[in-house]
Amino acid sequence: MIEIAGLVHVYPEGTRALEGVDLRVASGESVAIVGQNGSGKSTLVRHLNGLLRPTEGTVRIDGRDIAGQRVARLAATVGLVFQDPDRQIFAGKARTEVAFGPRNLGLRGAELDRRVAEALEAVGLAGAADENPYDLGYSRRKLLAIASVLAMRTPIVVLDEPTTGQDLRGVARVRAIVAALAAEGRTVITISHDMRFVAETFDRVVVMRAGRVVLDGTPAVVFGETCWELLASTYLEPPLAARVGARLGVGSTPTEASLVEALVTRS
Amino acid sequence: MLELRGVSYRYAGYAKAAVHDIDLALGDGEIVGLIGPNEAGKSTICLLACGLAPASIGGGLTGALVIDGQSMTGRPVHELAGQVVLGFQNPATQRSGVAATVFEEVALGPMNLGLSVAATLARTRSALERLRIEDLAERDPARLSGGQGQLVAIASLLAMNPRHVVLDEPTAQLDPEGTRLVGEALRALAASGTALLVAEHKTDLLDGLCGRVAVVVDGRIVVDGAASTILADERLEGWGVEPPSRIRLSRALAGTGIDVVGALAR
Repeated sequence: MIEIAGLVHVYPEGTRALEGVDLRVASGESVAIVGQNGSGKSTLVRHLNGLLRPTEGTVRIDGRDIAGQRVARLAATVGLVFQDPDRQIFAGKARTEVAFGPRNLGLRGAELDRRVAEALEAVGLAGAADENPYDLGYSRRKLLAIASVLAMRTPIVVLDEPTTGQDLRGVARVRAIVAALAAEGRTVITISHDMRFVAETFDRVVVMRAGRVVLDGTPAVVFGETCWELLASTYLEPPLAARVGARLGVGSTPTEASLVEALVTRS
Repeated sequence: MLELRGVSYRYAGYAKAAVHDIDLALGDGEIVGLIGPNEAGKSTICLLACGLAPASIGGGLTGALVIDGQSMTGRPVHELAGQVVLGFQNPATQRSGVAATVFEEVALGPMNLGLSVAATLARTRSALERLRIEDLAERDPARLSGGQGQLVAIASLLAMNPRHVVLDEPTAQLDPEGTRLVGEALRALAASGTALLVAEHKTDLLDGLCGRVAVVVDGRIVVDGAASTILADERLEGWGVEPPSRIRLSRALAGTGIDVVGALAR
């Protein structure tokens, strides 16, 4: 369980990125965080593994305030994949990159090799294990960054805009990774600007505006017509399927599948 | 008018060509979308269209980059910069690293073109206004969110008043509103006669923005035609490209007799 209470973050130069966030995420939930650029999404998630420390407020994981815990220790609980893979990747080979995390957790030998192989397989990079990460294109470097966090097998996984720069197959790959993590009972928190991906992939959507949480619910609730005005105040638009469903009067249909189902049921 | 004529290109140190026989023309005032799966060659075509490949990064090129009828192949980078500008995929690649504020960062381009102080200030203000990022003017460009950084990078290009613009995934890190603002700014730029090439995964953005779209698969342009035709092409998904939402939804609803655009117009 993640419990964030009254979280305020002010950057050294004075930018107030978080203005008092309260958020509870139960173990095993899959949650998307959406909101305008600069609304505080990345700042919020960087508090989960101690990369940023609260100016005010607390972050508790499984009942313990993490204020006193070091980043290296938190890394075994919270795996965070950065938005920009080039801030994360440093090794000369893909497999070395992925092995770095679990090696620091004390793994060696066959167990380490298996972790690395599984993580590379999960992101579709099994064939690129010996390549230099910088010979991979941007989209594959992003998947490599995800693999290096998957290999840590942390109970909490945080992905910052994982679908950026991904094509059709890449987005499907990310969706499958989130589904697999959720099926294993792990907590997944993902920042995204892609509302269709969000609606199709997550159980819960948290909407941020100017450093605060302004909306929190299932995709059907958040993308339902009653929330459109609030969404618009954060410059977000529900997925096309939700807009069409509302026009046709079949209720809240955030995904194409739910829209088709609602139409079939009605007729 | 910017043209790639029969261009094949091999990166320095590589035996195989990354793209083959690229013929692509951008007319004045035209916005051309470039789509395709990851690593098909979109970014390479962007580098070729602005001349940075090979002028800045070397490699082997056959064919020619032609601007307004003149071959630009082999011209130095500073000469190319006056004709065509490139917006990189990752805004951090583009950031100068020498400006202390966003305002100075955006002003660097027009200043380097040798414009007067008054003209530089006017262009910088206008570029920031068009993307509604005036409030970022005094911020440190190195300490922006991913999306804010991308808007600043695009503002830096707008301030150059370029005649030809090449953008490699300009909205990848942008929220929906930022994406819409970039779309508007590009439309206004095209209306003033600038030719644009936009490589994007977001076909929803290209739908309605581009007159023409070209699809790149395995280093070759496989189709190039009217955006309305290409974006509705049934082969798109097979090529690894996400069709626009309205096309996807129309297909999902095909059996129900409901027309998506009609439903939204109600």
